[in-house]
Amino acid sequence: MSILEVKNLSVSFKQYTTGMKQKELQVISDLNVNLEAGKILAVVGASGSGKSLLAHAILGVLPSNAKISGSMTYAGEELTYSRKIALRGKEIALVPQSVNYLDPLMKVGKQVRTSVRSGDPARKQKEAFERYHLTQKVEELYPFQLSGGMARRTLLSTAVVSGAKVIIADEPTPGLDPAVMKEALRHFRELADSGCAVMLITHDIDSALSIADEIAVFYAGTTVEIAPVADFTGKGEALRHPYSKALWQALPQNEFIPLPGTQPHASSLPPGCLFEPRCPWATAACRKGRPDMRELREGTVRCIHAT
Amino acid sequence: MVKKLSFFLFMKGIRMATLLVAICFIFFLLVKNSPIDPVQAYIGADMLNVGPEQRAKIAAYWGLDQPVGVQFMNWGSAILSGDLGTSMIYRRPVADIIGERFINSLVLMLTAWVLSGVIGFILGVVAAMKKGTWLDRLIKGYCYTLASTPTFWMGLLVLIVFAVWLKWFPVGMGVPAGVLAEDVTLLDRIKHLILPAITLSILGVANVALHTRQKMIDVLQSDYILFARARGERGIVLFWRHGLRNVALPAITLQFAAFSELFGGAVLAEQVFSYPGLGQATVEAGVRGDVPLLLGLVIFSTLFVFIGNLIADLIYLVLDPRMRGGNRYAFYSRRKK
Repeated sequence: MSILEVKNLSVSFKQYTTGMKQKELQVISDLNVNLEAGKILAVVGASGSGKSLLAHAILGVLPSNAKISGSMTYAGEELTYSRKIALRGKEIALVPQSVNYLDPLMKVGKQVRTSVRSGDPARKQKEAFERYHLTQKVEELYPFQLSGGMARRTLLSTAVVSGAKVIIADEPTPGLDPAVMKEALRHFRELADSGCAVMLITHDIDSALSIADEIAVFYAGTTVEIAPVADFTGKGEALRHPYSKALWQALPQNEFIPLPGTQPHASSLPPGCLFEPRCPWATAACRKGRPDMRELREGTVRCIHAT
Repeated sequence: MVKKLSFFLFMKGIRMATLLVAICFIFFLLVKNSPIDPVQAYIGADMLNVGPEQRAKIAAYWGLDQPVGVQFMNWGSAILSGDLGTSMIYRRPVADIIGERFINSLVLMLTAWVLSGVIGFILGVVAAMKKGTWLDRLIKGYCYTLASTPTFWMGLLVLIVFAVWLKWFPVGMGVPAGVLAEDVTLLDRIKHLILPAITLSILGVANVALHTRQKMIDVLQSDYILFARARGERGIVLFWRHGLRNVALPAITLQFAAFSELFGGAVLAEQVFSYPGLGQATVEAGVRGDVPLLLGLVIFSTLFVFIGNLIADLIYLVLDPRMRGGNRYAFYSRRKK
């Protein structure tokens, strides 16, 4: 049963080019994801594929020059802007990338306490800190005094004390050593097992595979494939989209074959399928229009040739 | 913390001492090489009645016939013993004049300083929060206009409008003319203070407002504001919790560091309004060649500006945890002990 559903989301920015000319820059096009309670959906893709923007769009914290279209529903009801404002920090929580997301002039204990929406803030904060092995002294520290691992657990605490049912983690693991990273990932698994829906945004496929239930592969601002974790195996035969296969095969422990070319920039998107210029399967039909997301073998894919 | 603070103050003390010595020496050399003849400045209009021998005697009495180095040491040791000399125009000890003038200027500068700080900060914050709207453009335009307006011109304009046309305030001076000193009321003093204070603060506003606006825009675009919004904070609570402190710190620092501009502005504003403060005394001393007073004022203004900067540094040291707490691993080292 899906709790948060994003359908055909498009995000574009108004930009001034030369003089007063305005240009629409489409950074996310026709994106679909689905979050389910108790499950972790990992969102993987290269930098600039729109992963963070998706998180910001769900929370309604995009800059004011952004325009969004498509539909989002939370618990079966339309997620409007005013509903986003009401729900964020309460039902939907963000676990941001780095310690820069904490106010540099406020003690971290207080910042965690201000995230509490119901109940006793001091008690909830203490419980969360205990749960994540943060000593009492950490409450009195300022963000710049935290080590990487402590910062990570503090940020996670802000989400946990809020009591949110949907947790969106935006790149929660970079810069951590393997042991700390494993622990951080385990925390997300625990949250999912306790009934939360977790969206884990990362570009580290390995860590995504170790804890996620489903993987959504992003390319140039759209979802090209959503597949169960089990499909990421062998030479990627079970994968549906050529980009997912290429991504899988590019990993050092697999074939280690890089895919030539680069992801198109939002200002020069191809007219047809977004992956067509780099696709080994491309035909004339691929240039005719953007393919729709379609169901295929327990997953979904955006490719007319996928079997 | 205390150790760090005392070390900081000690270093600042050394810096101030070297700065003062350097300023005094440069200023002394400049005055020595200027066309000001101290004997002539002292005697003034009676110069015709004084013969060359008498002049030489006065010069010898003052030690003007000795080498520059010796003169500087003589003067320097007098200063160190607390004797700033006697003003030639006022015929009174320089320290007394500076003290008396400083009280007048202090009221003026303090009023202008507080007004420009508060108004500038509010304008800057409002402009940043409403960035891109007509209100922001209005405030920005106002600030750019002010920033490029000379103080004396602004002073004249204020004088013309409020003193000459509207007759709301007196045209100049610190107290009403033709009234005995003991009959001057506090209200009189305040009335005379308002126009110069307004002139000075209007110009100070631009600086604070534009800096605050930029800083506030940076803060609003920061990751921690985004995260605070993602946690459901908004509007006034968001500003109060995360905006104010992060913006106020640089604004306060800037305001203390602007002591030099305040002093410079006071010189011009006091001149336009004939307001008997330090600034006017500086101009008088310069124009009429009153070397002791001028030297005293240079030392005083150096100290004034230095202390402003010192307070700015101290505020950062005391209020900003990143400066106070030392290094990132303070937590670990404290735990080990």
